[in-house]
Amino acid sequence: MHDHETLESGPSRRDFLQETGAVVAATALAGAATMESPAAELQPGTGGGIGPNAVKITLNVNGRDVQTSIEPRVTLLDALRNYLDVTGCKRVCDRATCGACTVMLDGKVVYACTVLAIEAQGRQIRTAESLYNDGKLDAVPAAFVRADAQQCGFCTPGFVVAMKAVLDANPQAAPAQVEKGLQGNICRCGTYEQMRDAIYALCNTKRGN
Amino acid sequence: MKNFTYFRPTTPEQAVTLLEARWGNTEMLAGGTDLLSLQKQYVAQPGRVVSLNGIAGLQTVVVGERSATLGAGVTLARIADHADLRRLFPALTAAAGDIGGPQIRNMGTLGGNLCQRNRCWYFRDEHSPCLLRGGQRCSAIEGENKYHAIFTANHRCVLASPSTLATGLIALGASAEILGPQNRRRTVELAKFFFAPTGPTEREHTLAANELMTSVTIPVRGLTNAAYEVRQRQSSDWPIVQVAVAFSGGRNGEKATGVKIVLSHVAPTPVIAEAAARAVDNRIITDATATAAGRAAVEGAKPLTQNGYKVRLVEVAVKRALMIAAGLPRYWEA
Ligand SMILES: Cc1cc2nc3c(=O)[nH]c(=O)nc-3n(C[C@H](O)[C@H](O)[C@H](O)COP(=O)(O)OP(=O)(O)OC[C@H]3O[C@@H](n4cnc5c(N)ncnc54)[C@H](O)[C@@H]3O)c2cc1C
Ligand code: FES
Ligand code: FES
Repeated sequence: MHDHETLESGPSRRDFLQETGAVVAATALAGAATMESPAAELQPGTGGGIGPNAVKITLNVNGRDVQTSIEPRVTLLDALRNYLDVTGCKRVCDRATCGACTVMLDGKVVYACTVLAIEAQGRQIRTAESLYNDGKLDAVPAAFVRADAQQCGFCTPGFVVAMKAVLDANPQAAPAQVEKGLQGNICRCGTYEQMRDAIYALCNTKRGN
Repeated sequence: MKNFTYFRPTTPEQAVTLLEARWGNTEMLAGGTDLLSLQKQYVAQPGRVVSLNGIAGLQTVVVGERSATLGAGVTLARIADHADLRRLFPALTAAAGDIGGPQIRNMGTLGGNLCQRNRCWYFRDEHSPCLLRGGQRCSAIEGENKYHAIFTANHRCVLASPSTLATGLIALGASAEILGPQNRRRTVELAKFFFAPTGPTEREHTLAANELMTSVTIPVRGLTNAAYEVRQRQSSDWPIVQVAVAFSGGRNGEKATGVKIVLSHVAPTPVIAEAAARAVDNRIITDATATAAGRAAVEGAKPLTQNGYKVRLVEVAVKRALMIAAGLPRYWEA
């Protein structure tokens, strides 16, 4: 089954939600059809095989342990979006190139589309959702808002997470260091100049040109 | 992606017992930055995936007086940022720091980098004829080949070797430690590790399907070394051509001896450019001798229909890599 053709960049938010709903429904059916075995829970370190049927996994997402059942081939991105309804990370290229799916694993940025969900167990997964707490927006997305640093917004959660990771690791980072941390993210709308404004604001530096 | 059974061994020995003697049904998974894309593309369709990520010993870096040993599971980010490695082997660490973006460098590993499959778009498109996927011909020879090999004589498949760590490691005289069935251990010089495949039962390297690379050892000999690459995009892509050089001396008016010049993205394997090395060996590196080495590096090049431009890029890249290593002014950065 070719399962990577799901379109998630539809023209309107409404289409997008319907599409996602369809994916969730299809997933539920697939889960029922493959008859997951309750004894198949993953025990890391065993020499025995896991799958190909769905197995129960526990992921720590934004500080909370959540459980779901997935086949071993399901990526962290698809597990988050389609099984756990954590949709901040986006599926764009699905080939480790664009950065729309960027999340932090133990504080380091990775492409969630290119990590198996089963391998993300026992690690701290952090998504863009973690940057809005108790009605308060983190400084990074807030700077994006002020600088109007998005157009379609599809790349934005990935950029925000990548930028947050740089500033978490080095709160004194200079604008050039922050930009280096964004090498793995692409914005098709070309909002780089506005993002630059956001970066300079976050670094408390004036833009030279 | 085809579904698979997932294995998570905790020792290298256990991993090897899970492998099969033939390529295809079982694949090893490290950072996944190459393998998962191949699976999504149905180019790799393993029924069994053996993860190397539960094996603790594969992530160590030990820098000693005589040699440095890097576990196959060490990430590209760690190589790029490691202070001792940066001091000793800038050809390796600069190349590692230029790979992809931070996400790729946090995920991708040394072993995966050296064993990564090639980037030919016909190879990666399940619908195109490709010798390496069992087809009758290489589509690139007559097709879109602007990023393919320029040293094509005697090659039926014209893929361009992709690893930019391979060049520096070969120039520095590194070798790989390999574990096979029945605990058989062997060491291969990276200069002899790569292979030009022509069919589906071969890979771009000489590992057997049931062998695991456990580590890479680089001798510490105080060599002057550097790498230079020409990129179309500064990130998220492979370079068009890349060069690593290493030699003794060669700075502050001293002659360079034992010169090694290695090229990637120009042939199905990394190319050890012997004529280029001879052009500067036992000489002081200057703009003139570096230019001569660049010219010698492309002797024998037979570019394809669309990639003649790479010949000139190689000439210039060799010259610049030598000048960087020798500490000469980087005229191109002015
Ligand atoms: C956008 C992008 C840009 C890139 N740019 C560059 C670049 O400029 N230069 C460059 O060199 N590379 C580049 N790469 C490639 C990248 O370096 C590799 O994808 C990465 O290093 C592979 O490591 P991995 O651990 O993710 O391998 P995986 O994808 O897990 O594995 C790759 C292959 O190696 C095999 N393998 C892995 N570990 C071992 C082992 N220990 N023993 C035996 N076999 C093993 C696997 O079975 C598989 O066949 C780029 C990749 C991307 C996506
Ligand atoms: S969706 Fe993962 S990098 Fe593009
Ligand atoms: S805002 Fe549209 S892709 Fe970046």
